[in-house]
Amino acid sequence: MAGLKRKDILGLREMSTEEIDLILDTADALKDIATRPIKKLPTLRGKAFVTLFYENSTRTAKSFELAGKYLSADAINISISSSSVQKGETLKDTARNLEAMGIDAVVMRHPMGGAPHFLAKHLRASVINAGDGMHEHPTQGLLDMLTIRQRKGGFKGLKVAIIGDIFHSRVARSNVFGLAKYGAEVWVAGPSTLLPAGFEELGVKVTTRVEEALEGADVVNVLRLQLERQEKALFPTVAEYSKFWGVGPERLKLAKPDHVLMHPGPMNRGVEISTSAADGEQSVILEQVTNGVAVRMALLYLLLGGGDAA
Amino acid sequence: MSTLLIRGGRLLDPASGVDRVADVLVADGRIEAIGVGLGEAGVERVVDARGKLVAPGFIDIHVHLRTPGQEYKEDLRTGTAAAVRGGFVGVACMPNTSPVIDNAVTVTYVNTVAAQQGLCKVWPTGAITKGSKGAELAEIGEMKAAGIVAITDDGMPVENGETMRQAMIYAKQFNLMIMDHCEDKHLAGGGAMHFGKVSSLLGIKGMPAAAEEVHVARNILLSLETGAHVHIQHVSSRRSVELIRWGKAMGANVTVEATPHHFTLTDEIVMEMEYSTNTKMNPPVREAADRQAILDGLRDGTIDCIATDHAPHHVDEKEVEYQAAKFGITGLETAVGLVIDRLVKPGVITLEQMVRLMSTRPAELIGVQAPALVQGAAADITVIDLDRTWTVRAEEMASRSRNTPFIGWELTGAPYATVVGGVLRMEEMKVIG
Repeated sequence: MAGLKRKDILGLREMSTEEIDLILDTADALKDIATRPIKKLPTLRGKAFVTLFYENSTRTAKSFELAGKYLSADAINISISSSSVQKGETLKDTARNLEAMGIDAVVMRHPMGGAPHFLAKHLRASVINAGDGMHEHPTQGLLDMLTIRQRKGGFKGLKVAIIGDIFHSRVARSNVFGLAKYGAEVWVAGPSTLLPAGFEELGVKVTTRVEEALEGADVVNVLRLQLERQEKALFPTVAEYSKFWGVGPERLKLAKPDHVLMHPGPMNRGVEISTSAADGEQSVILEQVTNGVAVRMALLYLLLGGGDAA
Repeated sequence: MSTLLIRGGRLLDPASGVDRVADVLVADGRIEAIGVGLGEAGVERVVDARGKLVAPGFIDIHVHLRTPGQEYKEDLRTGTAAAVRGGFVGVACMPNTSPVIDNAVTVTYVNTVAAQQGLCKVWPTGAITKGSKGAELAEIGEMKAAGIVAITDDGMPVENGETMRQAMIYAKQFNLMIMDHCEDKHLAGGGAMHFGKVSSLLGIKGMPAAAEEVHVARNILLSLETGAHVHIQHVSSRRSVELIRWGKAMGANVTVEATPHHFTLTDEIVMEMEYSTNTKMNPPVREAADRQAILDGLRDGTIDCIATDHAPHHVDEKEVEYQAAKFGITGLETAVGLVIDRLVKPGVITLEQMVRLMSTRPAELIGVQAPALVQGAAADITVIDLDRTWTVRAEEMASRSRNTPFIGWELTGAPYATVVGGVLRMEEMKVIG
């Protein structure tokens, strides 16, 4: 299997469909490891990476850590509170110190858009973006795409509705950038204060009416609502948000009967998504989590030169 | 008595009605003679200006020389070296130093150090409010007596409209211009670039154009009410230009400057340069329509002058995440190249307009004698090679900082020589002194 011809995974916007296909194919091939009795391949033995998280995360950090362990890479985890970003050691110094200790890749989450791009310019090691501010979350985008591809066989012509706080969402951006490359019909819906500028120019349909986005949708991706946005006067109350933009069984009747319902987690049940929808038959939320490990295994495998041992 | 002969250039000084090929003999700090075939007897140095443009010395009314307190970014020596290398004979420096220039003692300090170290004229500006905190008025009269040419809280805009109104009323009696960095900090919202499609794609918090426009409108209305002279710094948006055009038509005492980066770049540069923090400045470069409005304003005379907002920062302050980086780029050493390459060569402005925008008008705005190419005038002269194509190189810069997005750019048109008070301070882009 040919490797990726890039050092870093910074976002889906700059990736080609060939690269994305390769990653998704690799993830499909590696996915079963997590369900085997012996969850271990020797592929990345002797490789080391660090998860460097400047924002809290359980799911993404642990998903990377497990992905590394299943492939026999050594992983260490570093959490730095985001409040220390501008006070403590500079990002460049932190990462270069880690590199000096011999690590092969840095998996980073950071509150500022473009931070991984900055880091990638200063490191020989690979940089994997695990979420940068409100920019991109490419591994989430890839795992969402893997889940859609498994369920729908592809992307072209699918109507994908992404519902919620689009403006601040790196998940929405990575999904939009990735899916648009394959000719999916991507809709984003949310309150006008949480919609981004300029998405129409990417061919994305933007609406404040969740019903319009849901009508005939093949895929419904509900984003987590950051409740602190309310304090910034972006919406009045959680109840009002839920009334106009919350996704539950009634609204989902607008979507195609065989739609899949996704959520990147963690969920605010009863706010952006109802429990009956989240746990319903169309929900693929836990498949997303499983695929997350697979996608991260694929990326570590492709970037850390595991090609020889496979 | 040092003497200098500028040989055979095209002298262009529209304000004095001068446009001819001639020699300029400089002696004792003044233009002693202008004529064809002046002899070289007793002349110590000859500048060969044949085929070049000889203009009244260029003046930049918006630079940050970082003195006192931030000399690790720039000092009065390196900053004025950058100025003369860029073809400027004088600069007005901003008061957002550490401490803020908000009293006569600090003004005198800057003047004293500039007299010792400066390679060009340095005119300090003073703060509008104490510490530029936007609350109490600074000692504006005392500072005027010490030599300031304008007041400004550049970088920390006066938020309270009533404070600004009183500052205008107070400054007017001292015949001082108020230079304002127009920005509603609430609307700017901690953004790091222009709010629009590009910020949306890059996931960077954006500053809407309205953050500037709201304060531009406020200042024009307050100027109409008070009669005070308000100068809008570094205009960046289409509607700001339109508001200023309206204000001038209404008779407001309002003037405006534009920077080379705002007439050259758009927000696309942040994407093209992959989050390079040398694309981060405030106000930010905006969209194509905004850039076009600035070009139109330069062409039709709405915009009074070109100023650089030269804002040096240490590499440690720029080699960080985009959101965390300081705002500002250096500009003194690329301004003339960009003006010729981007404005004169494409026919946006004429050479006559360039001289007005970069010499005559900025001098008028800060109330200093405008440089002129006439016998007896102070010898403040900029010689320009309109046809030289050159590449902007960081290692050749005289500024202490190199935070500019124009490194590596190829430009046609370059400053060739700078004469300050009769002294040759730069020739062929090499600083002398």
